[in-house]
Amino acid sequence: MDTNISFTLKVWRQNGPKEKGHFDTFEMKDIPGDTSFLEMLDILNEQLIEDNKEPFVFDHDCREGICGMCSLYVNGHPHGPAQGATTCQLYMRRFKDGDVITVEPWRSAAFPVIKDCMVDRSAFDKIIAAGGYTSVRTGQAQDANAILIPKENADEAMDCATCIGCGACVAACKNGSAMLFVSSKVSQLALLPQGRPEAARRAKAMVAKMEELGFGNCTNTRACEAECPKNESIANIARLNREFIKAKLAD
Amino acid sequence: MSQIDSKIPEGPLAEKWTNYKAHQKLVNPANKRKLDIIVVGTGLAGASAAASLGEMGFHVINFCIQDSPRRAHSIAAQGGINAAKNYQNDGDAVYRLFYDTIKGGDYRAREANVYRLAEVSAAIIDQCVAQGVPFAREYGGMLANRSFGGVQVSRTFYAKGQTGQQLLLGAYSSLMKEVNNGTVELHTRTEIEDIVVIDGRCRGVIAKNLVTGKLERYSAHAVCLATGGYGNTYFLSTNAMGCNCTAAIQAYRKGAYFANPCFVQIHPTCIPVHGDKQSKLTLMSESLRNDGRIWVPKKLEDAQKLQRGEIKGRDIPEEDRDYYLERRYPAFGNLVPRDVASRAAKERTDAGYGVNNTGLAVFLDFSEAFERLGRQRVDERYGNLFDMYQEITDVDPHDNPMMIFPAIHYTMGGLWVDYELETSITGLFALGECNFSDHGANRLGASALMQGLSDGYFVIPYTMQNYLADQIQVPRFSTDLPEFEEAEKAVQAEIDRIYNIKGDESVDSIHKKLYHIMWDYVGMARNAEGLKKALSMLKDLRKEFDEHVRIPGAKEGLNVELDKAIHLRDFITMGELIAYDALERNESCGGHFREESQTEEGEAKRDDENYMYVACWKYAGSDEKAPELLKENLDYQYIKVQVRNYKK
Amino acid sequence: MWLINSPIGRKVVMSLTGICLILFLTFHLCMNAVALFSGDAYNTVCAFLGSNWYAVIGTIGLAALACIHIVYAFMLTAQNLRARGSERYAVTSRRPEVSWASQNMLVLGIIIVLGLGLHLFNFWYNMMFAELAGIATPIPPTHGYELIQQTFSNPVFVVLYIIWLVAIWFHLSHGFWSAMQTLGISGKIWLKRWQCIGLIYVSILMIAFVVIVLAFVFGLTNLCA
Repeated sequence: MDTNISFTLKVWRQNGPKEKGHFDTFEMKDIPGDTSFLEMLDILNEQLIEDNKEPFVFDHDCREGICGMCSLYVNGHPHGPAQGATTCQLYMRRFKDGDVITVEPWRSAAFPVIKDCMVDRSAFDKIIAAGGYTSVRTGQAQDANAILIPKENADEAMDCATCIGCGACVAACKNGSAMLFVSSKVSQLALLPQGRPEAARRAKAMVAKMEELGFGNCTNTRACEAECPKNESIANIARLNREFIKAKLAD
Repeated sequence: MSQIDSKIPEGPLAEKWTNYKAHQKLVNPANKRKLDIIVVGTGLAGASAAASLGEMGFHVINFCIQDSPRRAHSIAAQGGINAAKNYQNDGDAVYRLFYDTIKGGDYRAREANVYRLAEVSAAIIDQCVAQGVPFAREYGGMLANRSFGGVQVSRTFYAKGQTGQQLLLGAYSSLMKEVNNGTVELHTRTEIEDIVVIDGRCRGVIAKNLVTGKLERYSAHAVCLATGGYGNTYFLSTNAMGCNCTAAIQAYRKGAYFANPCFVQIHPTCIPVHGDKQSKLTLMSESLRNDGRIWVPKKLEDAQKLQRGEIKGRDIPEEDRDYYLERRYPAFGNLVPRDVASRAAKERTDAGYGVNNTGLAVFLDFSEAFERLGRQRVDERYGNLFDMYQEITDVDPHDNPMMIFPAIHYTMGGLWVDYELETSITGLFALGECNFSDHGANRLGASALMQGLSDGYFVIPYTMQNYLADQIQVPRFSTDLPEFEEAEKAVQAEIDRIYNIKGDESVDSIHKKLYHIMWDYVGMARNAEGLKKALSMLKDLRKEFDEHVRIPGAKEGLNVELDKAIHLRDFITMGELIAYDALERNESCGGHFREESQTEEGEAKRDDENYMYVACWKYAGSDEKAPELLKENLDYQYIKVQVRNYKK
Repeated sequence: MWLINSPIGRKVVMSLTGICLILFLTFHLCMNAVALFSGDAYNTVCAFLGSNWYAVIGTIGLAALACIHIVYAFMLTAQNLRARGSERYAVTSRRPEVSWASQNMLVLGIIIVLGLGLHLFNFWYNMMFAELAGIATPIPPTHGYELIQQTFSNPVFVVLYIIWLVAIWFHLSHGFWSAMQTLGISGKIWLKRWQCIGLIYVSILMIAFVVIVLAFVFGLTNLCA
């Protein structure tokens, strides 16, 4: 059975994008091991409200690891020490009694802090808007089985499409690069015949938008892949490079 | 008797939608860009509607409460999406999907709407494949299908266990394409606090920018609400934390009828509640019931030992296990529909046979499957779910049976809409889970995604044109009109009121009290006495909220607690609506079970003679007053109404 | 121009120049290896290259490659620092999947450039440059073998050169497969292959260089003489 733990919690507080931030330290007592990390923060907030203090702000929504909203940098890792999991899928039994747990926001120039650990990730939407789609008009599609797609391609496209757009790749990257995010979308659509007609245009447009929004250059450190909660592979980045270089050479 | 016109087109069932499309009014391209449409929400219904309307040339203003449209809770749907494609050559047809949906909904849905849903289902799959949704495929390159509860054909399309995610990302990408084209204006982290009605037509919304805390006004020729369901009334549910019914309840307060609120779906396979700090419940895919067997101990003393933690599930010998679903429903066994499985679990735990420390859990056991198929093959099918379960509970399902318990999952009820998806307020439309239309009293698995996308891609683009065709002379509205002024003032006054209560209880602590009232008296089994008690407790709870809620921090700027408090105010009203409806509907049907209406064996007993109608609730002008009931009678012309029987 | 203003283009430049520099190292090693077997033969090679026009053109090309590689490295690093934002993480932790070299390529690069300076001062200055500028050196430019012997008689240089070669090994242990990845000739399977090929290749290269240095220290060169 799970045991209760007590630990020191340091959380990042910042009132706005331009304000100076700082850490607040709290002593958390007797937290059950089967509490999720975000529920532990709920407990903290209930205490803060009881003391009539402002609760700690962080993004969260589905709490089952699929919406990509939660985004905490816990003890030096985006989404915390567990691999292949989002912050909301992290449970307190991963920590030991007496630990110091440090919670920070995603830190990247392209993701400005809104408040505390809530950051603005609208840059990702802008990248998708630049080309992360196929131009198909509603209701005008041909029969779904008209183009056969080999199972391997469909499966691989599915793996690429699993990306939840949480931004952990950018948060983990020392270069603040969004290549894993961009390449996952480009790869998904590059692998499917439906995405081919626009493949070259898409790769160029999305990479250009990424650059414009101030994301860094990929130096293949693989930190993104190691921290991705959905285990996206940097093989996607190689595919994006290939698509992009091909497109540029064809110009 | 019926004062309600659902505007069903003339003609035979199978031709109604075709006739409608052939005779509806259209808007020419030059006029489309002069017409504004507000779409609230970016889930499957909202995103697909905004993308399609934008693509047609309308000017669309789209809102979502999250930081990105892609986060809407449609993303969490696991199983799949139904479509009458008959790709498996197993005899599927539009009529059959229609029939299964009506029957699954326990004969409380409108025939014409459901038939249209079945009719457009095939086009949804075509659309999504063209968008690049990577559905599962067979080795030959054709689309794969699986079967789902309550039907005899394989018509469910899926993308691993993340079908909702893939469909939403498809709709989201189409939406972002239109944002890029400039036809859709997107506002994220923005919540709708009220709708604005001018001369009897819905003409705009009052929105709250959640980052700045400021109220904003938006005008349009028509408004679509695609804001999802009201499952979070129950605090603990499988819904996302942000899901709320504020926009829908606000529309109800402004005159939109709320239909069948008591039809709430309770999903049988969720991870049980573990403590009072829990924030949400996690769904384990329904597919687990294909190979897992559900049981509780036969002997009460074994159950008590389990509850005290003295023994584990694996310690109980085979002969002392009660596989109650197989016992009660020999024909369907562990695969009975969701509502039946949930109630059976409740019956056992109420009798004291619960298997965890709270006494609110039953076992879902794979040991027989491990023996029959071998551990490896079972892991291939469910390995990721086993891992997820172990991560959450720290129990390995290979060593010990999993524990599950029912939880609130989906709400069939919603804003009343006619055939054109228009609510009783002219110019206000409701799409997806937000409306009541297609699932009757119970939703079949893999039908929610179908309905959301059907409404957004294939219904609203037509019916919206029909509505706007005579609006082309109406110029854009100024947001300085007195109606906007008044609406904004009222919203601001309400926010000030809530903020200034400055009481001593947190929003969550009051919401948890709402949970206990709703779950105990308006939950899986309801009776008149309990419902009356719930109504009086809810009245007290509203009073408690009005006097004791505490919101720290500043009123201006981002204040999460303030927004949660606004949601809670509306959840309490919603809770009352559910209770009123449940009290009024003295029959058991679908997700609604009245203890007064059951057979001798304890099965649900429907009362078609007295309750074959849609209950539409009309706001009485104040939250304190009981709403007024209007009825839309259901007239089944094409289907023979039968008793749902899962025993043989 | 996409090779300047797109992130992938800039990385392509890094990759191509990097690969060319690796090829040069291979060529350089072949030359040095001659000294292991015969001092005279090595001196013949030195004489053949010397300050002849093709060697000068080659050197200029090589210098251009190195300069582009270095200039781009600083450019990329500056952009990456900007992209990271002004606030740093208080706690950082590196997963085992992330190699130390990959996160310290610039630092390694700077060490390599310093080593290169030393190397140019020791050899290139005394060989090609002296010849071109007509400066008289104690050891004639064509007597490369003796020049090496003299250089490595000083243990300080031996240690510095070994540190330098280790730094190059780290730099290339990441640089080689990273270049393939950037050029897009990689994928789930080839990524592992390139890493393996790169590691073996670079290790052979650098071990051979170290062996040659040590051979001079212990007088084990000129074996066939």
